[in-house]
Amino acid sequence: MNNIVLLPVLIPFIAGTLLILFRHYPRLQRISSGIVVFLLLFSAVFLLYLVYQEGIQTIALGNWPAPFGIVLVADLFSVLMVVLSSIVGVACLFFAYQTLSKEREKYFFYPFYFFLLTGVNGSFLTGDLFNLFVFFEVMLISSFILIVMGGTKYQLRESYKYVVINMFASILFLVALALIYGLTGTLNMAHIAVQVAELEQAGVLNTAAILLLIVFGMKGALFPLYFWLPKSYYGPPAAIAALFGGLLTKVGIYAIIRTFTLIFVHDTGFTHTVILALAGFTMFFGVLGAVSQFDFKRILSYHIISQVGYMVMGLGLFTPLALAGAIYYIAHHIIVKSALFLFAGATQKITGTTDLKKMSGLLKTHPVLAWTFFITAISLAGIPPLSGFFSKFPLILSGIEQESYIIVVVALIVGLLTLFSMMKIFIYVFWGTPSLKKSDYEHIKMKPLLLPIMPLVALTIILGFAAEPIFSFSEVVADQIIDPSIYIDAVLEE
Amino acid sequence: MEILMIVTSGVIIAVGVYLLMTRSILRVVFGIVMLAHGAHLLILTLSGLQQGAPPLLTEEAASYADPLPQAVILTAIVISFGITAFLLVLSYRTYKVHQTDDLEELRGNADE
Repeated sequence: MNNIVLLPVLIPFIAGTLLILFRHYPRLQRISSGIVVFLLLFSAVFLLYLVYQEGIQTIALGNWPAPFGIVLVADLFSVLMVVLSSIVGVACLFFAYQTLSKEREKYFFYPFYFFLLTGVNGSFLTGDLFNLFVFFEVMLISSFILIVMGGTKYQLRESYKYVVINMFASILFLVALALIYGLTGTLNMAHIAVQVAELEQAGVLNTAAILLLIVFGMKGALFPLYFWLPKSYYGPPAAIAALFGGLLTKVGIYAIIRTFTLIFVHDTGFTHTVILALAGFTMFFGVLGAVSQFDFKRILSYHIISQVGYMVMGLGLFTPLALAGAIYYIAHHIIVKSALFLFAGATQKITGTTDLKKMSGLLKTHPVLAWTFFITAISLAGIPPLSGFFSKFPLILSGIEQESYIIVVVALIVGLLTLFSMMKIFIYVFWGTPSLKKSDYEHIKMKPLLLPIMPLVALTIILGFAAEPIFSFSEVVADQIIDPSIYIDAVLEE
Repeated sequence: MEILMIVTSGVIIAVGVYLLMTRSILRVVFGIVMLAHGAHLLILTLSGLQQGAPPLLTEEAASYADPLPQAVILTAIVISFGITAFLLVLSYRTYKVHQTDDLEELRGNADE
């Protein structure tokens, strides 16, 4: 029992609830939400330290013991995700101060920002499958509101589809839950894992596993369920898009990794082969979409899809090294992708467009922006010594060890195409003769705009140069999640 | 009884899927509602239809029915109610702004 586990869920929840009352005081909202995200980050880092030192922490809500009540479980993987979401939360909030319009601020941006973080952190920390559904819904409802906020024609059209698709996925989630509850008689994930090991109905279990894979794949934008993503992430302003791009799909990926390392390990020959195949297709089609686009935000959205593939590839290979690579990749991706979306927002603020063909020559007028973007872009593409390289390397290495050569070839080609499309952005936006007059951009202060992005850029450099300790940390995390008994013992033997 | 319940929820889900594939905005919302109801019935059925006392500490406490599916369904109903309300408002606004409720016309441009 440790109450600190609750803090990353409780802090944003209380803050969001209180901020609803103060919608007419933007200054107060800004200051208090700034303080709250740092509190959140601090509590997350403290929790990570605690879990690293003392092992898995759990809390039984309402003091109902483990298989009966709802438990929150903080193991290394989930707390790492909470820390990453808090980091992105800080960066996007401070970027939102600079770019968000007054109307959006007034119409409950900050409360729903915090409710979204509540849902995300809750999904990472919960140890109960139905509670995961509830936190998913908390996250989704907030995301519905944030994605449609502003109510432009484009946003309304795409948000409608986004809501319907996610609602459909949630209903499938309920069906899968019904199936699992009927089979095992429990909803506690650790207890389900125990029951699944004793059941001998691999066929029905595989059905439940694939149903859950479809559900989480829809949220996490896996092939062939990613079609909703590029259009819906294009609509909202950059601060919100960055938060979505960094976090929301990763909640789906987290849920896939959690369920397929803890619960559905009875028939890895079938389930994990399916996952590996999906990973290959996701990577390849995602990057093809990115190559064909000429819009800053759309290219980035398609890259989310292709990179989700790498994470799932780590799960599909299912060795400690591959899982460690996947975890490293998730950390790298959340940071870099949010940073790139924020860069898209910054250039949009300067040039007033996200169309690559209408921009040029920003290298001369905004050199700091250009070079920090360059670092982040090549980090995404996987150029050493930045974090992208060290996160792809173990994945490809373990692919070769497992003799899954096809996926290795696909991953390498996708890396190359990623580099190509990032360079396309760099060439179009930053090279060439400056198209803007000095009077167009002089009034935009770059320092407050770049300040929230810089920590993320610094983090990708640190993740790259300190690859040795960070990779050994993700190996510790991988060792913890690849052996379900550690998680089960921590939850059930309280 | 189980068979009947399963067939019922199957029919409801089939109706939901049919509505989901139509072109009218409002019908899609109804489809989602139907699907949700089907899923709720399925939870009740798959966890075993039981007859028993309420789970309270009385003289019949030994023979109580499993309360968890009902709690789960109640939560799911509340959530789907909330989202349906939001979805209806969103559909209405979309209809108002775009002046059409035909999803074929809401596809967006080819170059997007």
